[in-house]
Amino acid sequence: MPQISPHEKLTATIRNAAREHGVALIAYVVAGYPKKNDFIKTLREVAEAADVVEVGVPFSDPMADGVTIQRASHAAIQQGVSLKWILAELKKAGEMPAPVVLMSYLNPLYAFGYEQLAAAAAESHVSGFIVPDLPLEESDDFRTRLDARGLALINLITPSTPEDRARRLSATASGFIYAVTSKGTTGSASALPTDVTRYLDRIRASASLPVCAGFGVRTPEQVRGLSGHADGVIVGSALVEEVEAGRQVGGYLGALRSRRH
Amino acid sequence: MHSIDKTAAARLLAALVRGELPDERGRFGPYGGCFAPEVLMPALLRLKDEVQRHLHHPDYQAELQHELRTWVGRPTPLTRAAKLGAAWGTDVWLKREDLAHTGAHKINNALGQALLAKRMGAKRVIAETGAGQHGVATAAACARVGIPATVYMGAIDVKRQAPNVDRMYQLGAKVVPVESGDQTLRAAIDEAFRDWVGDPEYAYYLLGSAVGPHPYPYLVRELQSVIGRESRAQFQETTGQLPDIAIACVGGGSNSIGLFHPFAGDAQVKLMGVEAGGRGPGLGDNSATIGRGKPGVLHGTYSLLLQDENGQVQETHSVSAGLDYPGVGPEHSLLKAIGRVDYVSATDEEALAALRECCAAEGILPALESSHALAAAKRWARDNKGRKILIGLSGRGDKDMPTLSQVFPGGGVPHHSRH
Repeated sequence: MPQISPHEKLTATIRNAAREHGVALIAYVVAGYPKKNDFIKTLREVAEAADVVEVGVPFSDPMADGVTIQRASHAAIQQGVSLKWILAELKKAGEMPAPVVLMSYLNPLYAFGYEQLAAAAAESHVSGFIVPDLPLEESDDFRTRLDARGLALINLITPSTPEDRARRLSATASGFIYAVTSKGTTGSASALPTDVTRYLDRIRASASLPVCAGFGVRTPEQVRGLSGHADGVIVGSALVEEVEAGRQVGGYLGALRSRRH
Repeated sequence: MHSIDKTAAARLLAALVRGELPDERGRFGPYGGCFAPEVLMPALLRLKDEVQRHLHHPDYQAELQHELRTWVGRPTPLTRAAKLGAAWGTDVWLKREDLAHTGAHKINNALGQALLAKRMGAKRVIAETGAGQHGVATAAACARVGIPATVYMGAIDVKRQAPNVDRMYQLGAKVVPVESGDQTLRAAIDEAFRDWVGDPEYAYYLLGSAVGPHPYPYLVRELQSVIGRESRAQFQETTGQLPDIAIACVGGGSNSIGLFHPFAGDAQVKLMGVEAGGRGPGLGDNSATIGRGKPGVLHGTYSLLLQDENGQVQETHSVSAGLDYPGVGPEHSLLKAIGRVDYVSATDEEALAALRECCAAEGILPALESSHALAAAKRWARDNKGRKILIGLSGRGDKDMPTLSQVFPGGGVPHHSRH
């Protein structure tokens, strides 16, 4: 049987979910927030309801994130959540019902060491990484290490990315393409701008990987609106707020994808 | 820490002196680069092009030089500090950036970038500030060129540098106190970046120190090098020689890189950078990034950084808001690695003592930041009698009055020592 790499599996999972549900659901949680001890329990709950889980590695200076994720990151760090701890917990917990990717600013990854990190991530059933402050120009070192283990480095494309740059980002990506749908920090947009679908269609036309839309997605209407224009939708700050309030995340995520009655 | 052997160090220094660093990728040897979110990359790549087009163009330079002369008040004087010199047994000279418009070297950079922002058609300017000097300089420069400015300032700094907050308001800037993070310069930079992330096409981010993603460390160094160029010419003109050592304080490192850069090729001139030793050597008690940091990425650049073993950026402390920053410009990390600059630190206490000594001896109230350079100069003088010391007096201490009246309640120099 041919071995399928974690990044290929991630791509296939999103494609299959999009086929089945119209759009794949990618859910974001901050590791160890609000309670460090509930990390795996929350993660499992989310992984049962979503198609892919993004685990946020808390960082002291989350400069691309809005207030919700800043607050969550700070609280997680205060409780002693670190990349090393997250990887150890993931390894202990075994494979989750959905692929797990880590979202982290670069410095915690750099401090861990790229080579050791790629090895540890593979052992902890991590499929890939999203690194918001690692642009294409600086990404060769880390990508090479991840490639060697079959792990994805997921590139971000934004509305201000020129077309030729978007094509280069698509060509070097693996796993999926993270299409930021609004300018601004995470969680800051309340409605999807009208030109979002055109923007997503443009990225999708030149991408060989699934395109997932994120930043500011909160409502079932938004999710439905993205169906047909994106292969997946990323729910971040809105889900963090649900987790924060101690509500049932399974129900929330299910409702996001519910079809119109 | 990157270890660079002697041959490689000599090669890098020669490249730096020839003006070849940063390279195309914004690297100063291993340090620097451009680690920014994708949403800012088009704006940063455009800024890089515009800097290349305008910075050394005769039209831009004519406007900049005219404004530096008639509005900033350059060249700033080189003052002989005769009484400090007599007390320390050396020949002491102060480069008086405290006499530049708005009271510190920050105006050199703020003006230069505001003129660039205007040429780029920016609709608004965003800036961060620690001690408030960059905020005041930005407010003034933006008023002068006619672009609205928003300045982010940590809530702690808003309190300890209150006079500067009022000045920013008077000069027409909007000041936003930052309650998140450590509520000092670092949180202000985080917040300024967040604003820019939301408006990358119309806003110009006027970064105040030689830090951040490429091309900022280069742009700021070029605009601040006027300090070193003037000092070098003035020193030669006045004394017929070059100084034995040039000393400046280092927070993010803009005044020091501005002083050092034009001397980098003068092998006989020692260079000394002075970081904030704060309350002492413990984690979180100081801001001595070069002395105690490890390489890492913060605010878009790869440089030395005060961080824990998990890569979390550490809280810092310094009595001076302008030095209270866990990172440092990438060119300083290179200068440290190749051994061209000697980096030391001065504690809060030493800086405060130096401030009082300078007030009493020379009738100059230096900024708490600059007082760190004075403290280190005094220490160096002990083993180097008779030598010529050039000190970068980066700013005036008026803004520090709230801190000073707390530390020295009831006034400064005791009455009995007055004549």
